[in-house]
Amino acid sequence: MPDDSLVDLAEYISEKLEGYVISHEFEKDELVIHAMPDDIVKVVQFLRDDRECEFTTLIDLCGVDYPRRPVRFEVVYSLLSMRQNNRARIKVAVSEDQIMPSVTSVFSTAGWLEREAWDMYGILFAGNPDLRRILTDYGFDGHPQRRDFPLSGYVELRYDDELKRVVYEPVKLAQDYRSFDYLSPWEGLTNVQLAGDEKACIPEHGCDKPQDEDSKNASK
Amino acid sequence: MPLNDRVDTPDVVIGDETQIKPFTMNFGPQHPAAHGVLRLVLEMEGEIVERADPHIGLLHRGTEKLIEYKTYTQALPYFDRLDYVCPMNQEHAFALGIEKLLDVTVPRRAQYIRVLFCELGRVLNHILNITTFALDVGAITPALWGFEEREKGMEFYERVCGARLHANYFRPGGVSQDMPAGLAEDMLEWCENYPKFLADLEGLLTDNRIFKQRTVDIGVVTADEAQDWGFTGAMLRGSGIAWDLRKSQPYEVYEELDFDIPVGNTGDCYARYLVRIEEMYQSISIMKQCLANMPDGAVRTDDYKVTPPPRAEIKNSMEAMIHHFKLYTEGFHVPKGETYTAVEAPKGEFGVYLVSDGTNKPYRCRIRAPGFAHLQALDFMSKGHQLADTVSIIGSLDIVFGEIDR
Repeated sequence: MPDDSLVDLAEYISEKLEGYVISHEFEKDELVIHAMPDDIVKVVQFLRDDRECEFTTLIDLCGVDYPRRPVRFEVVYSLLSMRQNNRARIKVAVSEDQIMPSVTSVFSTAGWLEREAWDMYGILFAGNPDLRRILTDYGFDGHPQRRDFPLSGYVELRYDDELKRVVYEPVKLAQDYRSFDYLSPWEGLTNVQLAGDEKACIPEHGCDKPQDEDSKNASK
Repeated sequence: MPLNDRVDTPDVVIGDETQIKPFTMNFGPQHPAAHGVLRLVLEMEGEIVERADPHIGLLHRGTEKLIEYKTYTQALPYFDRLDYVCPMNQEHAFALGIEKLLDVTVPRRAQYIRVLFCELGRVLNHILNITTFALDVGAITPALWGFEEREKGMEFYERVCGARLHANYFRPGGVSQDMPAGLAEDMLEWCENYPKFLADLEGLLTDNRIFKQRTVDIGVVTADEAQDWGFTGAMLRGSGIAWDLRKSQPYEVYEELDFDIPVGNTGDCYARYLVRIEEMYQSISIMKQCLANMPDGAVRTDDYKVTPPPRAEIKNSMEAMIHHFKLYTEGFHVPKGETYTAVEAPKGEFGVYLVSDGTNKPYRCRIRAPGFAHLQALDFMSKGHQLADTVSIIGSLDIVFGEIDR
């Protein structure tokens, strides 16, 4: 069960930020607040400045990719209040062509974190003073942490002795990429139909609990 | 002949009118004071740093992406390769996150072993940081002395898990194996002797005039700035905020242990050094308490869906063998859910944001590395300081590129 004071705080936040906060929930006793992209600065500012909240540290900001959802990306803000000893997570769903407002005006530390989310997922942040790529190579193309970006990438580089410089070439794999299917027909862990196992169970009727869209996608 | 009679040396007088042309300087990525592969682009006004732009990512290996393609068991060793100075502390965050999603409790003995090795990791980390920091500001002896002690600590790592660095020791549900006979006694002996080494180290640095000239009032961070820039760990405590996850959000057996959280007053490089020194004394005290109070018993949970059964059982029981086989091929399935779990790593708050979709692989594993936030603040910390002070600041940030670049 989540802490009583955290439940009270969640209700207080929902009440004070009515119209800005869509909903709140508890995941493993951790407070999760859902908000809209356009309201994020207002929400974060309130959580930082309000005497009851005092979430003065932005611990983390990251993107998550859910290609099967109608709104593809989720930006997750993890906040920490050292005075109240609370944590909160704000989740904002944002589509590929939508631009997030930057929270660098509220938390300086958001600068690099937003750069990373842009680099890895291609989520744009309006108002970030320095939205360059951060972790990938100079001149890198694409956003590597998207689910549709292959693990091996598209280019590989090597030192060319004749040209006396590093050259980029398309990835050539000496052997096929080994993607093992670990999923098992035992114990009803999955409702994926495995070859040769047709008699054991029919996925539609199922020997297992139904899975939702996200997990189906991931198990492939 | 007087020197100024020479015709080919123009007299250079630097006065108020003199214009110094600002210039851009490249620092690293191969530089002994860069602590790894840091490339800094410095905009200088003479000797004064106007802007520091760290270029990171030279050690980016795509850890978060790789983890999405691995089972939970296979993903664990990636955490050793983040901050390779204190590998077990990071495995800890990942293991705790999985345990939270699985709702698994860890046996008491395993909790004590984890705390014991986390604190050893903290000592090893701080030795490396302080001695290389001292090396950056011109003192070579601490590094020579410190690495001997550090090597002794690494031997304990090796004895308990077989590897000096890439431990892969903390597993979801406990630790991979029990401590070998005799290790506890040797560790206790090392803990008894270590404060003597620390006193020697302090003798070299704490009141050293040159060390203080290079660190006092350099890179001052106020408490508000520290929170604004997302500081954690010694960087935050050096600025006067008593915040430590081991006390405020205790995990494992930290609640039962007696230790203090050192806090600095001035927020400069020297305060951060003092905090780290005192943390080592506290860690040694925690290690002694762990060794004294460690109960007997299992070191892994007996839920064989998560941890492998004992070797002897595999030889005799078919079911145990199937469990073993399933664990090392398919891995265990983690129920759908998500969690942000953090531990107090030596460098600060190391957190893992784990999203599980109910399969045997993490859907998303976000790694929150403390060094990332600290390095970002280098720009404002070094502004207006001299180039040599930037080196001191980098030393006091305690950065390791394994975790920053991920």
